[in-house]
Amino acid sequence: MARSTFVYVTYIRTTPEKLWAALTDVEYMKKYWFGTYCESQWTAGSSWKMVSRDGQIFDSGEILEADPPRRLVIRWQHQNKPELKAEGMSQCTMELEPIGPAVKLSITHTIEREPSNFIVAVSGGWPKILSNLKSLLETGSIVLQDPYPTGSQR
Amino acid sequence: MAERRETDVLFKALADPSRRKLLDLLHAHDGRTLNELCEYLDMTRQGVTQHLDLLEAANLVATVRRGREKLHFLNPVPLQEIYERWIAKFEKPRLKALSDLKHRLEKANG
Repeated sequence: MARSTFVYVTYIRTTPEKLWAALTDVEYMKKYWFGTYCESQWTAGSSWKMVSRDGQIFDSGEILEADPPRRLVIRWQHQNKPELKAEGMSQCTMELEPIGPAVKLSITHTIEREPSNFIVAVSGGWPKILSNLKSLLETGSIVLQDPYPTGSQR
Repeated sequence: MAERRETDVLFKALADPSRRKLLDLLHAHDGRTLNELCEYLDMTRQGVTQHLDLLEAANLVATVRRGREKLHFLNPVPLQEIYERWIAKFEKPRLKALSDLKHRLEKANG
């Protein structure tokens, strides 16, 4: 079957436990995710949703696997834009692997169709979010306050 | 300093036309095997493997095993970090205007 996949990898100087907390804690998430956060019990079978800064549910689904602080698999469907919602369920796998003084965070986002506008849409977001997460964990502050800084006049 | 070494490896990985071409190929179509990538480059399989290893060491390419195949994916996260560290900081509306002007002029000539 046709499939679209994106893979993102970043090495963050932290511990798997701290990284897991950063990926699942609402207040911490808001700091590097431009005000967006994900809400869930973070256990297999529990529901999952992504909520924007102004309270809209952008994506929802459920946790398929949760093995803290190593592996998290989310069944993920976009909700906000009808054409992206129509593409159906995607699967997002987050793997945390300690390597020396750092943790390798791999995010694999897959949808069973090709091409996929949903995957194109998330692919613009993930690198910014992960880059911000890395800065926040390593230095205590983020670099990007705004997801689209080039569009704004300062 | 770990950060400096990472940055050196990253810029070194980008400082080669064949490696930049590999990134462009993966950008156009992600998840390719070594064989698929070899078709586009006029060099030995071994040469392509070495370039891909350097890109992977710089974290610009991520690989995923699927059965017996190894698939290569473009990992844009380090490029985003370069953007934030080395471009956004120096970016001024005036530079943008210059770059727009250059594009317009080049387009007019082409």
